[in-house]
Amino acid sequence: MSDAPDLRPRPAPKNPIGKSQAAPLEPWRDPNAKPYVQIEKVVKRFGDFTAVDNVSLSIYRGEFFSLLGGSGSGKTTLLRMLAGFETPTEGRIFIDGVDMAGIPPYDRPVNMMFQSYALFPHMTVENNVAFGLRQDGVPKDEIRARVAEMLEMVKLTPFAKRKPHQLSGGQRQRVALARSLVKKPKLLLLDEPLGALDKRLREQTQFELVNIQEKLGVTFVVVTHDQEEAMTMSSRIAVMDHGHIAQVGTPTEIYEYPNSRFTAEFIGSVNMFEGHVVESEADHSLIRSAEAGCDLYVTHAAHLPEGSRCWVAIRPEKVSITKDKPAELVEGRNVTRGVVREIAYLGDVSIYQIDLPSGKRVRATAPNVTRRTELPITWDDEVWLCWRPFAGVVLTD
Amino acid sequence: MRKSRLPMILLGAGLAFLYLPIVLLVVYSFNDNRSLTVWTGFSLRWYHELIEDGQMLEAAWLSLRIAFATACGAVVLGTLAGMMLARFGAFRGRALFAGMISAPLVMPEVIMGLALLLLFVSLEQLIGWPAGRGVLTIVLAHITFTMSFVAVVIQSRLVSMDVSLEEAAMDLGARPAKVFFVITLPIIAPAIVSGWLLAFTLSLDDLVITSFVSGPGSTTLPMIVFSSIRLGLKPEINALATIVVAVVATGIGLAGFLEARRARIREREESQAGRV
Repeated sequence: MSDAPDLRPRPAPKNPIGKSQAAPLEPWRDPNAKPYVQIEKVVKRFGDFTAVDNVSLSIYRGEFFSLLGGSGSGKTTLLRMLAGFETPTEGRIFIDGVDMAGIPPYDRPVNMMFQSYALFPHMTVENNVAFGLRQDGVPKDEIRARVAEMLEMVKLTPFAKRKPHQLSGGQRQRVALARSLVKKPKLLLLDEPLGALDKRLREQTQFELVNIQEKLGVTFVVVTHDQEEAMTMSSRIAVMDHGHIAQVGTPTEIYEYPNSRFTAEFIGSVNMFEGHVVESEADHSLIRSAEAGCDLYVTHAAHLPEGSRCWVAIRPEKVSITKDKPAELVEGRNVTRGVVREIAYLGDVSIYQIDLPSGKRVRATAPNVTRRTELPITWDDEVWLCWRPFAGVVLTD
Repeated sequence: MRKSRLPMILLGAGLAFLYLPIVLLVVYSFNDNRSLTVWTGFSLRWYHELIEDGQMLEAAWLSLRIAFATACGAVVLGTLAGMMLARFGAFRGRALFAGMISAPLVMPEVIMGLALLLLFVSLEQLIGWPAGRGVLTIVLAHITFTMSFVAVVIQSRLVSMDVSLEEAAMDLGARPAKVFFVITLPIIAPAIVSGWLLAFTLSLDDLVITSFVSGPGSTTLPMIVFSSIRLGLKPEINALATIVVAVVATGIGLAGFLEARRARIREREESQAGRV
């Protein structure tokens, strides 16, 4: 899994979504870059249960790094080890080159924003934010100025004298953020920072978080179970599963080039066809799949021995659905037929569920480009499904 | 449709069962008769006699002092024990510790009293301290059994408190002792106050253990009241009891009123949360 570091295609596609990705913005591609946080073969066991299993990660200065996983994937435990609330059973953690073993939370150059926000209920907003500075013996005038500046940034100046219970959920979240940023930490850990907010506020806050992170240049490590949130905000994502790192990469890499069936299925939705390798050449692979009812021709894939079992993952938006037989295609390659069983009209796109003769259900999404009340394709229509040679990703586990 | 009277009758019966004895006691404290049970007329005579009765007042004052010292000592030790149980995870011997802390809650007082008496006597023989039985031994004995109650109250409050508050304080640079005094203590303060009051009350009316460990010159109020039964009760006791009931009732009423007002203010503030 994570020990095969680069399963990205040969040749690497240039800027898959057209975003300019200049080299200095991606320190993880620079072999000379020094990681700010280095996690080395960290294991954490609670009794017989292994919460974090041999995790190694490098996180660079200024990154917005997400730990994404379901509950019990070990993401929160990993975050708590960075903060110093848990001690690794094995392995080491370096922050800015310093081994963190034996360093208590109050001596680490790290601050954390808690999922419950953990605002001190008996203190005003102002005193909550000032708490960290007071512990360091910062002069009173400076405390006042820095607290005011933080409250200004999160737009809470009129609420300075309030107690936490007199604030709305979104305001509490901003107090927690201000309190964890006021000491100007080099590294901020955020545990489900948007988890307690409603959907609309969450989307708005996502962008605020990214703006603040860019403005202050702080390295963020965020724990989240929400893949959309991770995709929107992160520079890189580590997908975690049962204490392991399943994959680390930019949102685009994770989505377009998943390295395992787990990642492919965890992020977004995907059609997974089981098959075996018929041809494996430098520029393409051919996979025969009874499930798909056709051969799958994929232009980029790691070399696999002929006859070996594999899966081809194809995202629903890369499957095109037509009533007429598509032209310009080799017969029996990347083209199959099926019957429409379900249609979900979402306004901007429609999701079609198509049953193939093999019984496999395929998901295809198509944007509703034209305006019409009657859908061109409807229930029980027999349709052609096809996809381009670059659409599929060959996976072996 | 006629409403059934049964619930009201049951309620009345229940209240009578609980409070009739106390009502009788209060009524007879104003009785102008030497006998406790024969009503002759209203008078404040027994209140007057109570004020004159130096021995009784002295015992009451002693009991209050003992209860105060006990409550303070029990709160300190009980809070430490509660912290140990709620915050230090599964340390070696935790089960034994938890069991031993709660044992005094169920231990017969006679056994506690006897055991403490034996301890004090042997200690005196071995190291000469505590010299004789008196206020000091009573306070020590009371702390021993009341700290268990305090520990239970504090522990349950700590368990329901969000641990991440303490973690957040530590994360912001506060050392554990500072975290305890600046974050934990203010948040569990209501539990500490109730623990203190509980220890105070338990100490104030304890008779059995006190009888074992008291000495000459350290007669507490419950001991006087109890021993006076043998000499014949005077309605003076009723007067004393009435004063105690009045003080307690006022205290509870005041606490209830303040708590209700606080809750009302908080509710209003929460309903307006977030508005400028």
